[in-house]
Amino acid sequence: MRAPGALDSVAKPAPEEKRQRGALWAWIVFGLGFLYFFLPLIATIEFSLGHPTGPVGAEPSLQYYENFLLKPDSEFFPRLGFSFVVAIATIILSIAIIVPTAYWVRLRLPRLRPIVEFVTLMPFVIPPVVAVFGLIRTFSGPPFPLMDTTFGSNIVLVGAYTILSFPYMYRAVDTGLRAIDIQSLTEAAQSLGAGWPRIIVGVIFPNIRVALLSGAFLTLAIVIGEYTMASFLGSKTFGPYLSLLGQNRAFEPAGVSIISFGLTWIAMGAIQFLGRGGQRIQVGGAR
Amino acid sequence: MAGSAAERGVRSARPASRRPTLAWLGVAPFFIFATLFMFLPASFLVVGSFLDQQGQPTLQNYVDLTTPFVATSYANSIEISAVTAIGGGIFGFLLAAAVILGGLPRFMRNALMTFSGVASNFAGVPLALAFIYTLGNLGFLTALINRTFATDIGQAGFSLYSKVGLEIVYMYFQFPLMVLIIAPALDGLKRDWREAAENMGATGFQYWRYVAFPILLPSLMGAVILLFGNAFGAQATAFQLTGGTIPIASIVIGAQIRGDVLHNTGLGFAMAMGMVFIMGAAITGYSLLQRRSERWLK
Repeated sequence: MRAPGALDSVAKPAPEEKRQRGALWAWIVFGLGFLYFFLPLIATIEFSLGHPTGPVGAEPSLQYYENFLLKPDSEFFPRLGFSFVVAIATIILSIAIIVPTAYWVRLRLPRLRPIVEFVTLMPFVIPPVVAVFGLIRTFSGPPFPLMDTTFGSNIVLVGAYTILSFPYMYRAVDTGLRAIDIQSLTEAAQSLGAGWPRIIVGVIFPNIRVALLSGAFLTLAIVIGEYTMASFLGSKTFGPYLSLLGQNRAFEPAGVSIISFGLTWIAMGAIQFLGRGGQRIQVGGAR
Repeated sequence: MAGSAAERGVRSARPASRRPTLAWLGVAPFFIFATLFMFLPASFLVVGSFLDQQGQPTLQNYVDLTTPFVATSYANSIEISAVTAIGGGIFGFLLAAAVILGGLPRFMRNALMTFSGVASNFAGVPLALAFIYTLGNLGFLTALINRTFATDIGQAGFSLYSKVGLEIVYMYFQFPLMVLIIAPALDGLKRDWREAAENMGATGFQYWRYVAFPILLPSLMGAVILLFGNAFGAQATAFQLTGGTIPIASIVIGAQIRGDVLHNTGLGFAMAMGMVFIMGAAITGYSLLQRRSERWLK
């Protein structure tokens, strides 16, 4: 056992020097991680080009991309577009509900905060497959027989997605509100004669733009990729489309997956770009 | 002018009991919406789980949770979730430690964090497809391994469409989730502690054993519990990969919605409640441990 003393640390190499080289185990671990994460992506890309390394050995070709992007009977754009519309509706509804709530809780009702946070955590406790089970039962009969019509079940879908977005939207908006002094802003606006709607829309919204955009992009990524709820509610969105394609065709689903992954990457990249300097865990989506 | 805008403004901006109703009105939409789309459906599930096929009150559904089929599906879910939580926890921790403490170039840390944010969202249908293309019977990696090593891993017993295969696939969103959760905790390990330990003659191993791991333990446990819940609730990935051939809780519940397997919606509701209970326990465990970890890692 070595005696404690300053001389010991003089004899050892300075920690900084060691760190520059990078420990061997760190390189190995990173390398394994890199392989694990990128091989499936490479495989997907390879399949999307027609699987040239496969038993048939065809030339790499873009025809499978053409099949779902250019052919007129392809459902790619209608489904993606519809998912996009659903996402926009979800984002608007979510913002319209969350912003006033977060605002009032911060300004006037701080004791409600734990309750509101608990409610926004519920989507994690009730997984989508369970939630959609309950939603179908709730809306299959009086007083809200929404499941009877396509439009009605799409409303249920938007409602479900809005609930799903609450944890992220609330956290984003709450962080944004924390950064501004809503008390002073409110008083200033009121002293100029603004009413409450004007305050929330005209004063609060512009000041939390970045937070709203972050929440919006994450909701967009979640909605476009979601499969479970859309499938059980019979909605014609992108998730069930990809699933069906995966069951029926060999190579087109690979191309669609790549595009889907690319879209998610763009949405998350936008969030990273917007949230520079902040520490936020953005996790979510279909499982 | 009595009741001028200035007077009115100053009065109502102060947190006073004068106009409490306005704030309550402001949060009402939130609670109404949550009731309509979350609590009401949840109550249908709760009530339904206590009714039998004729609509009479019963506890039989909960008793039926112990029947072999249901018990097996829960066991499978728990097994897969535990394996991917612990495995994901270990390797995710190593990955995060590699980029934060392992002396790798800075850009690798940023790349890992960004990628983790994206990869934790790459779950569901696209992920299942990607692994079918990689490790399926005609997969890219399958063929590569078989060619290189003159083997047939399919004959040797490997199948992607098994519990093990599912676990391999689940890791794709478990690793990143672990990285994202544990990175702040690793950042919170102050360098002073390491230097103090070294000054007192501790080896690297002793530092980790007596200083770092005890401090990190709540964060690690909390993260693993969250990973467990994350895997437990997963449905889309498993369904796309296996088509429902491996009974896990979420898939069986899904089959119940379609009225497929058990023809007993009360039992389906009871299963759903079981799942909610497990998820609730996981989230609670995670929250408590998070709060505990914040003691050291402010």
